[in-house]
Amino acid sequence: MSFFARFAQNRGALFGLIILLGIIVMAILAPLVFPESPWRMVQRPFLPPMEVDGFLLGTDTMGRNVAAGLMHGAWVSLMIGLVSTLVALMIGVPLGAVAGYYGGLIDDGLMRFTEFFQTIPNFALAIVLVAIMQPSITSIVLAIAIVSWPPVARLVRAEFMSLRNREYVEAARLVGQSNATIIVRQILPNTLSPIIVLASLMVATAILLESALSFVGLGDPNVMSWGYMIGAARTVIRQAWWLSFFPGVAILLTVLALNLVGEGLDDALNPKLARERS
Amino acid sequence: MKTPLALAIAAAALTVSAVHADEPRHGGTINTIIQPEPPGLVLGMIQNAPTRTVAGNIYEGLLRYTTDLEPMPQLATDWEVSEDGRTWTFHLRDDVTWHDGEPFTADDVVFSADVFHRELNPSARAVLQHIDSIEAIDDYTVEFTLDEPFGPFLISFEAGTFTMIPKHLYEGTDFRDNEHNNHPIGTGPFKFENWDRGTVIQLVRNDDYYEDDLPYLDGINWHIIPDGASRAVAYENGTVDVLPYGTVENFDIPRLSELDNTCMTEAGHEYFSPFAMLWMNNREGPTADKRFRQAVMYAMDREFARDVLWNGLGNVPLGAFGSNARFQNPDLDPYDHDPERARELLDEMGYDGEEVRLLPLPYGETWTRWAEAVQQNLREVGIEVRTEATDVGGWNQRLGDWDYDLAFTYLFQYGDPALGISRTYLSTNIERGSPWNNVEGYENERVDELFNEAATAFPDEEREALYHEVQEILQEDVPVGWLLELGFPTLYRCDVQDLVTSGVGVNDGFKDTWLDR
Repeated sequence: MSFFARFAQNRGALFGLIILLGIIVMAILAPLVFPESPWRMVQRPFLPPMEVDGFLLGTDTMGRNVAAGLMHGAWVSLMIGLVSTLVALMIGVPLGAVAGYYGGLIDDGLMRFTEFFQTIPNFALAIVLVAIMQPSITSIVLAIAIVSWPPVARLVRAEFMSLRNREYVEAARLVGQSNATIIVRQILPNTLSPIIVLASLMVATAILLESALSFVGLGDPNVMSWGYMIGAARTVIRQAWWLSFFPGVAILLTVLALNLVGEGLDDALNPKLARERS
Repeated sequence: MKTPLALAIAAAALTVSAVHADEPRHGGTINTIIQPEPPGLVLGMIQNAPTRTVAGNIYEGLLRYTTDLEPMPQLATDWEVSEDGRTWTFHLRDDVTWHDGEPFTADDVVFSADVFHRELNPSARAVLQHIDSIEAIDDYTVEFTLDEPFGPFLISFEAGTFTMIPKHLYEGTDFRDNEHNNHPIGTGPFKFENWDRGTVIQLVRNDDYYEDDLPYLDGINWHIIPDGASRAVAYENGTVDVLPYGTVENFDIPRLSELDNTCMTEAGHEYFSPFAMLWMNNREGPTADKRFRQAVMYAMDREFARDVLWNGLGNVPLGAFGSNARFQNPDLDPYDHDPERARELLDEMGYDGEEVRLLPLPYGETWTRWAEAVQQNLREVGIEVRTEATDVGGWNQRLGDWDYDLAFTYLFQYGDPALGISRTYLSTNIERGSPWNNVEGYENERVDELFNEAATAFPDEEREALYHEVQEILQEDVPVGWLLELGFPTLYRCDVQDLVTSGVGVNDGFKDTWLDR
């Protein structure tokens, strides 16, 4: 059975993939459909959805097009989710690999360091980091990466610990391969599938974190993101429900889609587990 | 000729305090909101609007002012001026004590004006530079000697500008580091009780207040609620009874003002006439070029900001002098919304797309949205803008350090150009560390000359001619952006009586307030 066929066996995953592709298309098409800045004030404020042609989702408190904001926001949210996940992987994978492969004192030291980050509540730490570094795309990506790498490190460490004494690793050692080569060429490729699954879930969490940061006013004031749209709409929720509703639905769908896709990947990459489960 | 003004003033005072059929009653604590949380409560040291609003009940000045800006007695009962207009003598009340029980005397006045404000208070400096000496004649008489007659002298004694600070607690200490800064001691009708950071500031009745019967209230709770929607809900569900300026978002005002038992007033700001401005750093970057600053003025759609963000309240100013400022020159060329003209100016100066940093005023949603609108206006004419959000402390600090390109603020006009307007443009008023002086770093000798001459010129026709000329220069140079003369409504339950009784009523009104319940 091919990889995709295994993936598609999970109907939810297929559904998630379709939504996700839709959102990616939205993000790519945003500059074509709405070539003007989403910050542009184009109509009278508080225009309800579908009242005026060309303003399918209405306008916000300052007459900005909600649909334009939503599409441009898709790009921002996905970009932040992806980049911060990549940064988190770049921190977590090497740390976990080294800790799991060598064990002993190195492992102890690195794990205490990891636990230090795990004991601080994610969101609180992210808020502090962004507040200190001043809100900007870079500081937000960094803050999200810094709070989300510990689970990666732990996962990779566990995988390494279980793999480091396998025969093929012993064989590699006998051949005289260096530790670095063994880590990168032998063991790491075999840990990829759980990392991929975890990463897809981390993208979802990162999008949620960014939205939450923007919601409390710590977003980058120069980019239109979904969290910002909801945060700005919160004070007018009784006059204009659509301002918080549409970006809210967008976040919900994206996070749901990423979770479904993550589950599908898990099934596809671990066919044995999937069979046992069903 | 010595003029005892007190009688005339007392008569004026009577006409101001609204006369109600019911007799004022004692009792009750009022709940209101302060937004945002002030950085501290020592008036004179801290000048942010929320500090003034809370601490205006703790501290007092020598005089209060009617809504027509006529002086009323407060700590000074009466005053006279010598014939040459240079010597002013104030007679103080002899029954005033500080909240810690020490008597208030002329020494406190001399210390506050001559030492404390000279060191810390930029808005008092406009007056202080005309004062040669301040002397205590006896315990309850103070004499101010001016270098020459100064037109607006008598309207500069408001509590927030010329705060009376207790000498016995501050003399010889590091003022900014004084332990009493956390527990302010004034002479006002309310005493500081407790400040639960992020939650509430509590003031209680000063039982030893020198005016019999006053105040009527037992205390004031200033609730701190960071979220705009929650502030509106706090009023709707009865948690608070008074919503001062800036506490609810402007788009909520029409809805709230239609609630039962709700009254609205725009009074109490006459002395201040708050004027929203855009600081533009005249020292460096693109904003150092006059043409760039003019382009910013043409690029901004100020009418949109008023109609959409301020709900139609307020007035788009012609230039540096607001419409209710004295000596406004009505013949200036207005800066209309003209993006085409802005682009031309930018081309002419050869603007190369260098990024400018914009600091919004961290006072709530309306200001955030406003910064977004201006950012967009500027981008549309090709100016690269990056918005940098800060909290109130960070905003004060960055402006004080001149670490900005464009920044929102609003300033008070204090009834006379020599007090509220010239301070923004005089090169002698450039000093690092304060966000309230000539922060933009504008230097123009002719402007200095005109402002200084006008401050002491006599009669008014002569002042007018000088001020008209200075406005023409400012209109051309655009040292700062003139955004909007703000209209600040106060919403309150109609049974809260005598809420605003003076031209600074938003800050000192609770003295006379009583609850008709």
